[in-house]
Amino acid sequence: MSVTEEEPQGTIVERPIRLDYDYTAGTAQSRFLKGIAQGKILGEKCPVCGKVYVGSRGSCPTDGVATEGEIEVPSKGTLTTFCVVNVQFAGQSVEVPYASGYILCDGADIPLMGLVQEVPIEEVRMGLRVEAVWADELGPTLNSIKYWKPTGEPDADYETYRHHL
Amino acid sequence: MAESDVLRAPHVMEYTYTRSVGPVIERFFAGLGEHRMQGIKGSDGKVIVPPVEYDPFTGETLTEFVDVGDAGTVTTWAWVTDPRPGQPLDKPFAWALVKLDGADTGMLHAVDAGDQSKMSTGMRVRVRWTDDNVPDMGSIACFEPEAG
Repeated sequence: MSVTEEEPQGTIVERPIRLDYDYTAGTAQSRFLKGIAQGKILGEKCPVCGKVYVGSRGSCPTDGVATEGEIEVPSKGTLTTFCVVNVQFAGQSVEVPYASGYILCDGADIPLMGLVQEVPIEEVRMGLRVEAVWADELGPTLNSIKYWKPTGEPDADYETYRHHL
Repeated sequence: MAESDVLRAPHVMEYTYTRSVGPVIERFFAGLGEHRMQGIKGSDGKVIVPPVEYDPFTGETLTEFVDVGDAGTVTTWAWVTDPRPGQPLDKPFAWALVKLDGADTGMLHAVDAGDQSKMSTGMRVRVRWTDDNVPDMGSIACFEPEAG
């Protein structure tokens, strides 16, 4: 028996499910977001393992110690992994198809999530070197980075980012 | 970092589900549009309000609709001091299970009692219908204590 998509029958209703949060960023994320508002990507380093957390929560989850601020990383890095979105959904602000991926800024150990544009979808690949395109008006929000575009540099070697997928 | 340096922002998550109500709730809603409450008879003879499509014990399809009253008894309740947006009332009220006359199960709705001291288990309440006769839960504004 094959599965067929049945036409819905009878009364159809729309039921919104809405959750209103008052989000508090906390001290560490506030530091990070204030850096973003100045066009800077700030990391914080774990004094034990040396990892540089970007978008730090203020502590190293591996070592359980407070991270140390404030290390500015360049707004340039490597696309470690990505997905191509082909399905339109409600609230989407970008036209499909588009690529969304993890960008590991140089010197960082935690990738940031972002859009990858100014490159044909079929050319988006792991190891692609990208740089941030900042918005005209910056604020304490990741929307300050409009998207990431290729730098034109040769692709990064897999070994340099294999632990950051 | 001083507390005032910590950033805060509203964050809203909203999903809209588009769904069919099914044949049983469709008929229940149609009744509400005429200010009429209906239940459905289960395999054990008990009347379930609001009606369900399948028997809770045997799983068989249920079809026998039964008219029940628009007044009943509070079987359990909880007082809400700070109503949230989107709740049935914008002033303190009670969430209650109301066993309508002729029903065997409790139906969850709001009771506009004015004050917590007016609420009690076993109290009589009646539907306050809205003016718009829509075939939807919107026909029921809330329940209110029965006069007398």
